[in-house]
Amino acid sequence: MSTFKKTTLALALAGATLATTAQANEVEVLHWWTSGGEARAANVLKELMEAEGYGWQDFAVAGGGGETAMTVLKSRAMSGNPPSAAQIKGPEIQEWGELGLLGDLNDVAEAEGWDELLPDVVADIMRHDGQYVAVPVNVHRVNWLWANPEVLDAAGVEMPTTLDELFEAGEAIREAGFVPLAHGGQAWQDATVFESVLLGGQGSEFYQQALVELDPEALGGEQMIDALEDFKRTRELMDEGMPGRDWNVATAMVIQGVAGFQLMGDWAKGEFTAAGLTAGEDYLCAAAPGTEDAFTFNIDSLAMFRVSDDEEREAQQALARLVLEPTFQEAFNLAKGSIPARPDLDMSEFDSCAQQSLADFQRTAEEGGLVPSMAHGMAVRADIQGAIFDVVTNYFNDADMPAEEAAERMVSAAEAASF
Amino acid sequence: MKNTSATPLGAGAKRSTPSGGLQAWLPRLVLAPSVAISLFFVYGFMLWTFVLSLTSSRMLPSYDFVGFGQYARLMANERWWVASTNLMIFGVLFVVVCLVIGALLAILLDQKIRQEGALRTIYLYPMALSFIVTGVVWKWLLNPQLGIQAMVQGWGFESFRFDWIVDPDMAIYTLVIAAVWQASGFVMALFLAGLRGIDDSIIKAAQLDGASLPRIYLRVVMPCLRPVVFSAVMILAHIAIKSFDLVVALTGGGPGYATDLPATFMYAHAFTRAQIGLGSASAMLMLGGVLAILIPYLYSELRSRKHG
Repeated sequence: MSTFKKTTLALALAGATLATTAQANEVEVLHWWTSGGEARAANVLKELMEAEGYGWQDFAVAGGGGETAMTVLKSRAMSGNPPSAAQIKGPEIQEWGELGLLGDLNDVAEAEGWDELLPDVVADIMRHDGQYVAVPVNVHRVNWLWANPEVLDAAGVEMPTTLDELFEAGEAIREAGFVPLAHGGQAWQDATVFESVLLGGQGSEFYQQALVELDPEALGGEQMIDALEDFKRTRELMDEGMPGRDWNVATAMVIQGVAGFQLMGDWAKGEFTAAGLTAGEDYLCAAAPGTEDAFTFNIDSLAMFRVSDDEEREAQQALARLVLEPTFQEAFNLAKGSIPARPDLDMSEFDSCAQQSLADFQRTAEEGGLVPSMAHGMAVRADIQGAIFDVVTNYFNDADMPAEEAAERMVSAAEAASF
Repeated sequence: MKNTSATPLGAGAKRSTPSGGLQAWLPRLVLAPSVAISLFFVYGFMLWTFVLSLTSSRMLPSYDFVGFGQYARLMANERWWVASTNLMIFGVLFVVVCLVIGALLAILLDQKIRQEGALRTIYLYPMALSFIVTGVVWKWLLNPQLGIQAMVQGWGFESFRFDWIVDPDMAIYTLVIAAVWQASGFVMALFLAGLRGIDDSIIKAAQLDGASLPRIYLRVVMPCLRPVVFSAVMILAHIAIKSFDLVVALTGGGPGYATDLPATFMYAHAFTRAQIGLGSASAMLMLGGVLAILIPYLYSELRSRKHG
C-alpha cells in the first residue's frame, strides 16, 4: 500500500513538473484583436509560435478601443500575475516601464537588427530607458481623407489637397444635395479631425511643438487659434445628426453615397473592403488636406512583461522575433488595413492606399513630418490626452466659445492634467 | 404546544421562545459570514477608495499621499462642475416630474376603470427595460434626422425643430425625458399600492361631508401617502445619482461633455484616463451626495419608530 502511495506521489510530482515545463515555454498574450479579420490575423501569430514548438495561451478581451482589456490587465498586474505579453501602445509603454513591470528584448533586438530595421520614431516608442520592451505590430495612418467618387462627380469637384479646397468642395457637395463631411460626434473622433486639420493648416513642426511637446506658447498662440478656427469651420460641413454616431456608421455614409468625405484613420478601409469596394475605383483615399508631407501614426505594439522563468523568457523572445517577421507582418496588416511596422517589406499584395501609406511613411521618416497621433494615444499620456479631448470636444460643440478661450484652456489642460 | 420546546435543538423550527444558548447564537452564526463579507467588500472598499483619493495614483494604485490635492484638482476641473450641475438639473427634474406623472397616473387608474390590469402593465412596462435599451430607443427618437423631428417635418411642418440631443444646452433635458419615461410607471405602481391601502371608509366619510373629489385627494388621500412619496423620492434620487448606463447609451456624455454626470466622470477618469486618484476623489464626493440623502432618511425612520 505504501509503495503504491509513493508511486502515485512520484507520478503526481512528475506530472506537476511536466505541467510546469509545458507552461514555461508558453506565452500568454493579452490583446483585443477580436473582430473577424483581426482574430484571423492573431491566429497567424499563434500558428507561427506553435510551429516553433511554443505554446500560445490566448487572452483576448473584447471591446474596440481596448479599455476593457486595459482594465483586465491592470487587475492582473496588481495581483502580481501579468500575462507574458500585452497589447500596450504609445506612452503607456513608458508608464508600465516606470512601474518596473516590463522585461527587456535587447537580445532579440540586437540579433534581428531592430535599430536598422525600424524608423527611429517607432523604435523610440518601443524602448523604455534605452531598453527595448515592446515590439511594433503595425502602423496605422490617421491623417486620411476618404471619399466617394460618385458624390464628387455629381458635385463636380476633385479630391482637395488644401483646407481651403476642402471647404470649397464641401460647399459644392452640399449644394448638390449631399452631406460634405461624414463625422461621428464622439470626443476621439472630434480629436481625430482636429489633429488632421491642425496638421494640414499649420504643418508638422507646429504639430510636434503643440501636441507632442505641449509647449505652452504653441498651445496658446496664434497658430493654435487659427487651427481651432479651421477646426470649427469643418463643423459646417457636417450634418446635425452626428452626435454620438459611431465612426463606422459615418464611413457607411460615404460608402452609400450619402456623404462625400470622411476624415478618419486607415481602419476605415476595413469597412470599405467589407462592403466589397476597391480602392481607387469605388472609393478614394488621400492624405488629409494639406498633409501630403506628413504622417500621423498610430502604432499597435506588444509589450513584454518581466518573467523569471528562463523558458518563458525564451518563448517571449521568440514571440517578439516572429512579430516582426515578414510572414506575420504581411498576413496581419492585410487583414487590419494598416501597413507593416518594418518598411522593407514587399508591398505587392497590398492595395493602392496601403502602398501610398508605406511610401509616405518611409519618406516622412527620412524627411521629417512623421508625427505621433494625439487622438490615438501616441503623443501624450492618457491623462493629458483626456484633458485635451475635453477642451477640443467642448469647443467644437459650443457655438459660443471663441477660439482664444479654447487655446487658453488648451494651455491649462496640458499643465493641470499631471500631478 | 408546551412539550415541543423540551429539546432545544429541534426547537428552532417550531417557533418557541428562544431559550437555549445555541438558539440565541444561531442567527448570529448564520449571519456572521455575510456581515463579515459585506463589511469587507462594501465598507472596506469604501475606505480603500477614500485612501486612494488621498494619493497621487494614476494608472495603478500607489500610496504616495498628497493630502486633499486630488479634491482640489477636482474642484478646479471645469468638467466636474458641468457634471455636478447636470446632476442637480437632472436629479431634481427627474424626481419631481416622475412623482407628478406617477401620482396622476395612479389617481386616474384608481377610478375603477375597465381593463385596469392591461393599462397598468403598459405603464409599468418601461421599468422592465434596461436603461441601455431606453437610451438607445430615445437616441433614435431624438436624432433630428431619424426620429421625431424628421417625422414631423415629413408631415409638412418644415419649420418644426426638436434637436435637443444635438444642442449642448438642451441635451441634459433629453436625459430627463428618457429617464422619466422609464421610471414614472414604477412610481405609479407605488402610488397605486398606497392608494389601495387607504381605508375606504375615510374617503366615504369625506364624501358624506360633501367634499369634492379633487379636494378629497388633496386633503385626505395625499397626506396618507406621505410614506409612499418618501420612499419614491429615496429610490428616484438613488437612480439619479447612480445614472450611468442611460447617459452612455443616450448621449455618450455629449455633445462634447455637455451631459456628463458624476458617475460617467468617475468612470472616465479612473478607468480610461489613468487618474485613479482623481476618480476616487469624485467617487467619495458622490458617496457624500448619497449620504446627504440617506442620513436624514434613516434619522426620520428611526425617530418615527421610537414615537411609533
